[in-house]
Amino acid sequence: MKSFFFVISLFSLTIFSAEGKPCGDYLSSDGLHRGICEEADTDYLDKASLQKGAKMFMNYCYGCHSLKYARFNRVAKDLGIPEDLFQKHLLFGDQKMGDLMTISMDQSEAKDWFGVAPPDLTLEVSLRGADWLYTYLISFYEDESRPLGVNNKVLENVGMPHVLSNLQGLQKSICKQVSQSASNGGLKQDPLSGEIITKEQCGFLVVEEEGEMNPKEFKASMKNLTNFLSYMSDPIEEERKYIGKFVVLYLIIFSILSYLLYREFKKDVH
Amino acid sequence: MFTKLLNWVDDRFPFTDTWERHLSKYPAPIGQNFWYLAGVLMVVVLVIQLISGIWLLMSYEATVEEAFASIQYIMRDVDYGWIIRYMHTTGSSMFFLLIYLHMFRGLLYGSYQKPRELLWILGWFTYIILVAEGFTGYVLPWGQMSFWAAQVIMSLFGSIPFIGEELLTWIRGDYMISGITLGRLFAFHVVLLPLALIAVVFVHIIALHEVGSNNPEGIDVKKHVDEDGVPLDTVPFFPYDVMKDIFAIGVFLIIFCFIIFFFPDGGGYLIEYVNYEEANNLITPEHIVPAWYYTPYYAMLRAITFPIGPLTAKFLGFVIMTAGMVIIAFVPWLDRSPVKSIRYKGMYSKLALCGLVVSFFVLGYLGMIRPNPLRTALAQVFTALYFAYFLLMPFYTKYEKCKTVPDRIKLQ
Repeated sequence: MKSFFFVISLFSLTIFSAEGKPCGDYLSSDGLHRGICEEADTDYLDKASLQKGAKMFMNYCYGCHSLKYARFNRVAKDLGIPEDLFQKHLLFGDQKMGDLMTISMDQSEAKDWFGVAPPDLTLEVSLRGADWLYTYLISFYEDESRPLGVNNKVLENVGMPHVLSNLQGLQKSICKQVSQSASNGGLKQDPLSGEIITKEQCGFLVVEEEGEMNPKEFKASMKNLTNFLSYMSDPIEEERKYIGKFVVLYLIIFSILSYLLYREFKKDVH
Repeated sequence: MFTKLLNWVDDRFPFTDTWERHLSKYPAPIGQNFWYLAGVLMVVVLVIQLISGIWLLMSYEATVEEAFASIQYIMRDVDYGWIIRYMHTTGSSMFFLLIYLHMFRGLLYGSYQKPRELLWILGWFTYIILVAEGFTGYVLPWGQMSFWAAQVIMSLFGSIPFIGEELLTWIRGDYMISGITLGRLFAFHVVLLPLALIAVVFVHIIALHEVGSNNPEGIDVKKHVDEDGVPLDTVPFFPYDVMKDIFAIGVFLIIFCFIIFFFPDGGGYLIEYVNYEEANNLITPEHIVPAWYYTPYYAMLRAITFPIGPLTAKFLGFVIMTAGMVIIAFVPWLDRSPVKSIRYKGMYSKLALCGLVVSFFVLGYLGMIRPNPLRTALAQVFTALYFAYFLLMPFYTKYEKCKTVPDRIKLQ
């Protein structure tokens, strides 16, 4: 019987095995999981976070990445930024508030510089997920073998330079001795001495020299940036869910009334 | 005044007669259950699709340069464009869900048996048109999955021996999927196929009203009629069925609107995440999957991994996939049971129908995930099981022991 279950579980492993790791080679800070994304905790109602994220995007990302399906005035309205302030601080060159958020960088030139043209990011979160994007943003590390000196744990050999290195500093990928989880949920121990068994695990990211932000501040600002891009992918989310409550409530009342009516008529049928 | 006007119309057009025959006085059998709601709900979805489609059409542009951007324009710049688009995307999945439920109901209660063979065939045409409508519509947003799904499905025609390559170029109108292909799929999606769909649905309903609706008992209600010739075990469509349908539509719309307003992507099943990237003919997505409603047949296509003589595995897969859809049309002639409903059929029929449902779900799941040798083997087994339901039907329905069908419908 045991062997039967073993065969069945082997079978189901092959049939239901995971469809690849979402976050590439990213190692969790406790060293227990590889390829699992960190949580971005996006919140479309947190206007302060969205505004900070928008500022971060316009200052650090917008040079190369467009948001070509969105318009400045819509962002200003949705994020609660007065248009005059938006124009003063977040609008560059001769762009107008009603314009689409395109960039002036030539796509074919960009391709020569980076190997691939920086993608438009309007729908990036819908495409890859907020957790993926957040994890990607925090996992740049030093790698001398790459043309720009940096690599990324989530998207290996990415062409993008570490634009935010002056904020974060430069991370290094190092190895550490880590404990292992046992099948009972605890940590693996030596059965004789009771000592915890460790194993070398590589891929931990540590900041050797901090930039303008400490790691905690950097992660918080990356969450803001992710939150902004999450809004960008689905700008209608707030209104959609707001209207949705009334629509569904109306339909529930409608259905109850129509059921009562139906029940009355049903009494005629024998 | 109103009666006068009605008389004036009736003298020139059979308005009252048509109204009573097809709506107000249409005799609906009593005892119809949950499974009988899919039909009316599909009419609702058809209307939703037509109306939302017209509004999408006002802003959509069927060119390679603008298609993807025009969808985002609808989503962001058109007032309430997002509701219209989500209605359409959710509607398409709902249409398929309902038509599968509707077809299952037909199999469950033998609604295809004499005299409803033609009704079944017309329904089958609706399904096939819907498959084509779904496919052509899927390509229009011009995302990565739109493009590559079109590439995969259209390339199937290229696998036909001798004429394949020529045929494929003719269908695409180009040597690759291009703006020409997009243009013709667009024309089919918004003109030819909806017209065909409306026409077939109309004829399907006329045919239904000619032979009358079936019921879960599979009892022929026309055997017992009152002095006016109205079957005894029926109620007039208005108000009895209308009230039931309105309630059903209310509940359906709760689910429908809940998806639109709270889960429009449907976890990547209603709108695939990969489709948020514009089509790029130089980058193939890692994993190409069709929409969920095609995955059982997609699994059949992939299940065939071996060539036979000069016929390639791809062509044989194409044949099996097509056969999987076509064979459904032959059910009225495959079923040789003296009874209609599963309630009175024997154990073999019940087991066979369970086998069909299981194989449909398993194949649907296998069609969504990456193949590996074990999964392919499973797909082969369940493809065989799917076909066994149909091909063995003449035997198991003939030799099993059925229960006696009562004369009249008894309500519990």
